[in-house]
Amino acid sequence: MAVPSVAVQRRPSFLSRLAESRNTLGLGFMLPAAALLLVFLTYPLGLGVWLGFTDTRIGRPGIYIGVENYEYLWSDSVFWLSVFNTLLYTVSASTLKFMLGLWLALILNEKLPFKSFFRAVVLLPWVVPTVLSAIAFWWIYDSQFSILSWALQQMGLIDHRINFLGDPTNARASVIAANVWRGIPFVAITLLAGLQTIPQSLYEAATLDGASRWQLFRHVTLPLLTPIIAITMTFSVLFTFTDFQLIYVLTRGGPVNATHLMATLSFQRGISGGQLGEGAAIAVAMIPFLLAAILFSYFGLQRRRWQQGGGD
Amino acid sequence: MKFTRRDVIRTTAGAAVAGALGSRFVGSSAFAQEGLTYKPEEGAKLRLLRWSPFVQGDEDQWLKNTKRFTEATGVDVRVDKESWEDIRPKAAVAANVGSGPDLMLVWFDDPHQYPDKLLDVTELGDYLGKKYGGWHDGPKQYATREGKFLGLPLATIGNAIVYRESWVKEAGFSEFPKDTAGFLELCKALKAKGHPAGFTHGHGVGDGNNYAHWLLWSHGGQMVDEAGKVTINSPETLKAIQYAQELYKTFIPGTESWLDVNNNRAFLAGEVSVIANGISVYNTAKVNKDKDPKLTEIAKDMRTTNMPIGPVGKSVELYQVTTAVIFGYTPYPNAAKAYLQFMFEDPQMSDWITSSAGYCCQTLKAFDSNPVWKADPNNAAYAKASATLRPNGYAGPLGYASAATMADYVLVDMFAKAVTGQATPQEAMEEAEKRANRYYRV
Repeated sequence: MAVPSVAVQRRPSFLSRLAESRNTLGLGFMLPAAALLLVFLTYPLGLGVWLGFTDTRIGRPGIYIGVENYEYLWSDSVFWLSVFNTLLYTVSASTLKFMLGLWLALILNEKLPFKSFFRAVVLLPWVVPTVLSAIAFWWIYDSQFSILSWALQQMGLIDHRINFLGDPTNARASVIAANVWRGIPFVAITLLAGLQTIPQSLYEAATLDGASRWQLFRHVTLPLLTPIIAITMTFSVLFTFTDFQLIYVLTRGGPVNATHLMATLSFQRGISGGQLGEGAAIAVAMIPFLLAAILFSYFGLQRRRWQQGGGD
Repeated sequence: MKFTRRDVIRTTAGAAVAGALGSRFVGSSAFAQEGLTYKPEEGAKLRLLRWSPFVQGDEDQWLKNTKRFTEATGVDVRVDKESWEDIRPKAAVAANVGSGPDLMLVWFDDPHQYPDKLLDVTELGDYLGKKYGGWHDGPKQYATREGKFLGLPLATIGNAIVYRESWVKEAGFSEFPKDTAGFLELCKALKAKGHPAGFTHGHGVGDGNNYAHWLLWSHGGQMVDEAGKVTINSPETLKAIQYAQELYKTFIPGTESWLDVNNNRAFLAGEVSVIANGISVYNTAKVNKDKDPKLTEIAKDMRTTNMPIGPVGKSVELYQVTTAVIFGYTPYPNAAKAYLQFMFEDPQMSDWITSSAGYCCQTLKAFDSNPVWKADPNNAAYAKASATLRPNGYAGPLGYASAATMADYVLVDMFAKAVTGQATPQEAMEEAEKRANRYYRV
């Protein structure tokens, strides 16, 4: 008599179950990224915050001194000047970059001849290393050899050279202009990508309803572009707020600290001046401003009601 | 016969002494010192980070001397270079993390910022001092702390007035004024003739600090006293600021934005008549790589002289001092010491000073007679830089506070703020006092 065969279903091993578990795999795939973030982001950030509470100097380990560095900074006029400069620099440059970037994106979104060529050209300022473009601006703003001063003089519009980097107001405007020139491509190209995701049918429907060009922009383009604007401007503000190279090459923070940003002052005090603790404290003092910018973007600009044109 | 490394070193040192005896450039002081030899470690390799040269001959000769050392000892030395302003942060990072080049040519008070991280080279410093007529006091102060050598004082980069002789004559001065009062009159006359002067009021590490310290010290002001108490708020400083205000009126516009290179550029373009600079600006015109006829004319008209003497009655200047240090973390301390010894001995040091064409002033007195100082009349103003310099943070101790005060441009900003009218002299002084007090911890 034949014995009926019974198919024995073997229980999968622990390892194979582990290998097939979505959670485990997910964790496994995230681990390298998490390790990188921990080593290169969390640790330096944590170390920076800790250094801000110590009197560490170059070549000498410090001791915990509580908030003494911050107390010193609180009464330091140069630090407050750098805070003012940084806010002015960030707000002015970011606003200009947004307006000009959006304008450029709208132009590039139109049917233009050689569209690809123009889009590539627009990216150039972003592609050139900051230090190189800063050196170019250094010549453009030179108090003796500025091509702008020369050209304006040749045209008879001015009778003396412009003191671009020597006068505090001019110097601030000059470094902001250089930053705007460099930052526009990022805003323009990113917003252009956003513009291209807006369905043409919405424009057609609005046009049939008799919407003007301005109404098309105000009630179709802008609401649908707002999420991209929020992300783009968050990054733009962060890049601008933490700018270092432009200032370092152009003015070293001068004249008389009129263009010192928190990042450049942090370097000057922490590395050149050897006070790692105080330098770190200045860098840490940037964090609340950066957090505020991020929170504003995420909880403000991304609110659906705003995006749909409503109020609070 | 087999030569060991020790023999080679001994022979090299002997050759150096022999060279010194028949020396071309050094004085005749005590060369009968007992030799000092360091035996490089087996398989030693060294890495030196130095500042990018301002005069090409300096780097060429430094590399030649290094090659001679490698040939004599078998120790390979890699020489890297960085812009001079980047040396300070790089050295700071190397000291802090305990990794990087074995040797570095650092600036100003750097050795005093991390003395514990540097190899003690007192034995070598004393040996060289005795052998070559002693160290000049100023550079020695930058390199020593509590009687120990933290490094070897390598050179002083002199700073002097560079001017256009024909324009000074055109302004009615047959010779360049020696005192601050006459200098102000000259600058006024030059401005009236359309040839303004130009001195750096911006954040130029070298030129900005040189000018600001000269203004202060020549009028008897000082940042701190011997005990490190901030004394910048003084009648002497007030006089210095008032003088700077008058002088500023004779400048070309824009000097408050000038960094280290701007004065050279403006001078060589014929925009300004008088600047203060190292000899590099003259060498650029003299070498005239592009054979520009306009530059040839400027070079012929260029003259140098020491900064005018102020009410204190003597020449007092900051200058830039560079020190050769060995980091404590080097696995090859003996090789590093042997290298420095070789580079400081004659004829290497003589050749290097000669090739630097007046840019690097000797720190060892025996090399004072180097013919480079007489090779061109314009070199003479830089010959005594090591002998006349006054260390940063005078009259206080060198260290963290003096370095931080300079790095934060406290003095440069004080003058710039007052001359540009952003503050009254009194306000500028008070702010400088407050800022300096933060570092001197009052």
